[in-house]
Amino acid sequence: MIVKLLSGDMPRSKLLSAILLAILICLAFAPFIFPGVRSLDTAARICVFILLVASYDLMLGYGGIVSFAHTMFFGMGAYGVALACTYMERGFGALIVGAGAGALLAAVVAFLIGLFSLRVRAIFFAMITLAVASAVAVLVSQLSGLTGGEDGLNYKIPRELTPAFKFGSEFLGVKLNGKLLNYYVVFFGAFLLFLLLLRIVNSPFGRVLQAIRENDFRAEAVGYRVINYRTAATCISAAVAALAGALYAIWLRYVGPDTALSFEIMVDILLMVVIGGMGTMYGAVIGAVLFVVAQNYLQELMSVASAAVEGIPLLPDLLSADRWLLWLGLLFVLSVYFFPSGVVGRLRQGK
Amino acid sequence: MSAAPKHAPTMAKASVMERLGPWLPMLLVPVIMVLGLLAIPSTSSWLTLTVSGLAMGMMIFIMASGMTLVFGLMDVINFGHGVFISVGAFVGVSVLLVLSGMTGAPSLMLNLLAILLAIIAAAIATGALGWAFERVIVKPVYGAHLKQILVTMGGLIVVEQLIVVLWGPEEIYILRPESLQGAVTFAGAALEKYRLVAVAVGLALFLGMRYVLRSTKIGLIVRAGVENGEMVEALGYRLRLVFVGVFVAGSALAGLGGVMWGLYQEVITAHMGQQMMILIFIVVIIGGLGSVEGCFIGALLVGLLQNYIAFIEPKAALISNIALMVAILMWRPQGMIPVVKAK
Repeated sequence: MIVKLLSGDMPRSKLLSAILLAILICLAFAPFIFPGVRSLDTAARICVFILLVASYDLMLGYGGIVSFAHTMFFGMGAYGVALACTYMERGFGALIVGAGAGALLAAVVAFLIGLFSLRVRAIFFAMITLAVASAVAVLVSQLSGLTGGEDGLNYKIPRELTPAFKFGSEFLGVKLNGKLLNYYVVFFGAFLLFLLLLRIVNSPFGRVLQAIRENDFRAEAVGYRVINYRTAATCISAAVAALAGALYAIWLRYVGPDTALSFEIMVDILLMVVIGGMGTMYGAVIGAVLFVVAQNYLQELMSVASAAVEGIPLLPDLLSADRWLLWLGLLFVLSVYFFPSGVVGRLRQGK
Repeated sequence: MSAAPKHAPTMAKASVMERLGPWLPMLLVPVIMVLGLLAIPSTSSWLTLTVSGLAMGMMIFIMASGMTLVFGLMDVINFGHGVFISVGAFVGVSVLLVLSGMTGAPSLMLNLLAILLAIIAAAIATGALGWAFERVIVKPVYGAHLKQILVTMGGLIVVEQLIVVLWGPEEIYILRPESLQGAVTFAGAALEKYRLVAVAVGLALFLGMRYVLRSTKIGLIVRAGVENGEMVEALGYRLRLVFVGVFVAGSALAGLGGVMWGLYQEVITAHMGQQMMILIFIVVIIGGLGSVEGCFIGALLVGLLQNYIAFIEPKAALISNIALMVAILMWRPQGMIPVVKAK
């Protein structure tokens, strides 16, 4: 059963299996194991980012295509839900319409970009996505009448998913309210879509993608239309990213350029993919968990370290909590050089 | 046995379109200018916009030229190119702030000298940084585009953060030197003095670069290297050294452009290079990766179009660049002046 569920792509390392299982259990029972608003928030963020990073890995790790527009697709899903909830009647219909429209739009835009750039050379894709994504980000902040501009949008999601809705008193010390349901919507949404991605990369389609990544000229010679496969991978990846954005929008009940469109998120995704391991879906899980936990707790550690070296010139500035991106950037460069297969690749080798 | 194919050479003169073909992109710049003249009601504002468009285009060209040559020569795509712009701007502006006695004086000579010193300092700093960047970041990943994109992006993040560590997270405001503030009036149009200087500097650099590439031995080697690197190496030239030289020169040019851009905007931030990268990519793509002339024309097109559209419909300015890119790629998928490659 498990083999079938994972589409035959087992972790292939005892340590890796144990870590993945621990992550799964922690996320599945997060409201009960880690009570508290902040930790539940972290857990939901991890779920969303696992999905987002996995969808990016489909493009980067399996397809060998670098895109800088993944936050744009993410944002399309998030803004889709936000706009649907703002302008439609409050209810689950709005969520479904918003998420569906966002995913569809993302797939269409990805198709168009792919058509223009992948046709010529894959390297154009990276540049063009960067240009388009920044144009969209500017557009969203300019169209403030529709999108709320820099302030973003606050909206109402169905009452069943808000803390105001109660369906029982307490269970294992956790209040049974809509927030709990909301978390499980996010968790199961991310879980099912992740399994779907796992299915896709282990299908014949995924194998062809890997062949193209290794040697596109040869794949073409063997008889696969490289551009069709690459474009399809881009579209699927964009649609899943939009759905991840929709889940995030449902969880946060707010979208704004900072949470859904900023270039920082794109950099975060890149770091997660590379640190976790490109070309394996499990890398996305490890990368996202490591990164989100580090993001939440490393900054505190760094401010402690910065205070400890007070008085020495330059060092406190280097270690200040705002400079954590510097260290992650260094880690990123080093891991591309020395561990291109990331944490997962290391664990699999070490067995 | 089949008959030999019929041999029918054409003796006719090439048609006008055929002879015009390679030069068509050059005509685009005047075409856009004329279209702008038709779309903008007042001639004096058209003149102002044209000069600022040209100034912007020249500065973009200075920043983008290094990147396109580096790609053409060694097939290296440097996503961290923008960081040289930021570093150049910060070094140059720091020098200008130190020389505030010279920039504040109302003498044109002293002002230009201060800017020259700032530009030289910025070019030296970014050239040195470029050399280190090539050594540490780019060299280990030759031939692997995917890794190049990722690693140079990582380098961009790290250097950008280092700028913040050294200069602080606040943006720095800078006033242009005394005698370059304000505008001159010509035919009823107000032309900012600094923009005229920028056009002059850009044009001089383009002509200088063209001269080096077309009329010197090193330029010959670089151009031959872009066309067919292996052949040049087989002839006994160490292309690697040439490449490092081009990389350093390109980085220094980006730093120079950064100073000029910082003075144009009168404010500099650590992110400015990253923001400029978007325009640079558009320019490099529509020009044709590896082509300096294409890059020049592309930069002028982007600068002019952005200024015209910003005047006619401000919200469409950034979208107009994307539209331009799409239109040009539909017309010539490899960019306006495709570089012939044996690679």
